[in-house]
Amino acid sequence: MSSNHPGLSNNFSRSGEKFSWSKDNLRSIKNIISKYPKGREQSAVMPLLYLAQEQNNNWISIECIETIAETLNMPKIRVTEVASFYSMYNTRPVGENLVQICRTSPCWLRGSNKITKTICKETKCEINDTSDDNKFTVVEVECLGACSNGPMIQINNDFFEDLDEESTKKIIDNIKEGKPNVIGSQKGRRSSENA
Amino acid sequence: MLLVHKKAGEVQKMLNEKDKVFQNLHGFQEPFIEGALKRGSWLNTKEILSKDQNDIIELVKSSQLRGRGGAGFSTGLKWSFMPKNTGKQHYLVVNADESEPGTCKDREIIRNDPHTLVEGCLIASYAIQATKCYIYIRGEYHHEYVQLEKAIEEAYERGFIGKNACGSGFDFDLYVHRGAGAYICGEETALLESLEGKKGQPRLKPPFPAGVGLYGMPTTINNVESIAVVPTILRRGPDWFKSIGAENNTGTKIFCISGNVNKPCTIEEEMGIPLKELVEKHCEGVEGGWDNLKAIVPGGSSTPMLPKNICESVLMNFDDLKANGSGLGTAGVIVVNKNNDIAEVIERFAHFYKHESCGQCTPCREGTGWMHRMMQRLVRGEISPEQIELLENVTKQVEGHTICALGDAAAWPIQGLIKNFKSELISKYNKKLKAS
Repeated sequence: MSSNHPGLSNNFSRSGEKFSWSKDNLRSIKNIISKYPKGREQSAVMPLLYLAQEQNNNWISIECIETIAETLNMPKIRVTEVASFYSMYNTRPVGENLVQICRTSPCWLRGSNKITKTICKETKCEINDTSDDNKFTVVEVECLGACSNGPMIQINNDFFEDLDEESTKKIIDNIKEGKPNVIGSQKGRRSSENA
Repeated sequence: MLLVHKKAGEVQKMLNEKDKVFQNLHGFQEPFIEGALKRGSWLNTKEILSKDQNDIIELVKSSQLRGRGGAGFSTGLKWSFMPKNTGKQHYLVVNADESEPGTCKDREIIRNDPHTLVEGCLIASYAIQATKCYIYIRGEYHHEYVQLEKAIEEAYERGFIGKNACGSGFDFDLYVHRGAGAYICGEETALLESLEGKKGQPRLKPPFPAGVGLYGMPTTINNVESIAVVPTILRRGPDWFKSIGAENNTGTKIFCISGNVNKPCTIEEEMGIPLKELVEKHCEGVEGGWDNLKAIVPGGSSTPMLPKNICESVLMNFDDLKANGSGLGTAGVIVVNKNNDIAEVIERFAHFYKHESCGQCTPCREGTGWMHRMMQRLVRGEISPEQIELLENVTKQVEGHTICALGDAAAWPIQGLIKNFKSELISKYNKKLKAS
């Protein structure tokens, strides 16, 4: 059941498959740990959660947590605590495209409600749901820090800004059809200049 | 103290292009090393690093640079709190966890002019005897993180940072650490906890980070913009910086304007530009005209809103906004016009704070949820004048009774709403009562 944002649930679950680091990630981990002082390897828990999430189809299973705890020599509960505290670690599987709609006042003042409606309609998803074809998970989130470019959404790592209903629909359509999208402003702004 | 107030009606010229610190704020030029060198970054860094560390701190102090992260504390003074020659590892931590609703300035610095920040980190670290610096960037800024990593790589390749940085004999390492979607990590001690691999829950102070900070070592935490302006201040001199703005409110400042304006934008301007001018000139006015203005939140969601009559003349600096019952905060200006329900703007802020409370202190954990539920009812016109008073009373019991300022930040917007629009809230209730 998916009643809340995948990053905000405290219910972790098992995937049923063993999680072991890929070769590339093992190399990255060495590099990451070297950024922090000796004996302070715990500092690497957040970057390692990101790595695990990336390797594990964009969510953190209990197996991921166990592997991270082992790698960093940390109690599992400490890793679990961190994974549940921060909203960007998904505690359940999400669709290929995690669509996050900013709902905070600056975006709302410029019509984020309409964007939410459009996205729900086009992806056939309710808020916090994943579409049947697993292409989309749609969530509403708090301020994403692109207020001069509101309303805006984030899909996986990319920001889409200066949206209206039409451009939002186009973005979703492009994803459905496997076409590339222009990242950033949908009104042709370079960044947040007056234009 | 002499405050030169320029009133809104007076003709004031816009900030001179050549006085802008961030020449590539909007990314029309190359953001990386080639562009940065053209813009004057890394020009005489070795010379700056040959100065005595105390002299650098004094220069920054005398420029009257005040922290750009919200509190407006003197940056030079903060640096001077760092103990000297302790033999311990000192740290500089840069707060790039930009999450205050209405604020999107550090993002532009990081993605479009990252070398100003990288060079600033080197100089600031040298001044506080820190050989290691961490930049804590909010997790959602993935693209910005990639840009920053690239700029750091370039700086290492050119020998600007790393061993014997810029040939100065000073060894310096710079790392980036990504957050993961927690507003509270913008609070400096929560940020340190997060950097240590824990939940981001603020620490009790004292001890202050300058004494016991990251990994228990002396640490200074500064905002991105505060650090990124330092190289330019040292190049052009504190007097140049002081010549812009007013006494104790000096220099240039990046303002982010969002909400109901015709052209929302992020812009570097003179500290103390009249709010009305900022909206009228740079954003081409309020949607529906100036008379359609309801209120403006001047410094990010935490600062109390200003009604239209104050917006007419208030100056966008620390002291004038404070004198008018609000604050400069992060200079995230959120404009609300009459087409929107001002109560819902604040209800959404209340939802934000409820969502972002770390859960450590009871008044905040319970209070933010309660205040949000009351705000929802207020939006529907379901709370009576007595209950509005109760709400106001509760905000005052949350304020000042928590470890960090998140409790205060959750209380202030609601207090601002009730202070300025109480009669409107009451008539909302009466109307609803009549209708039922």
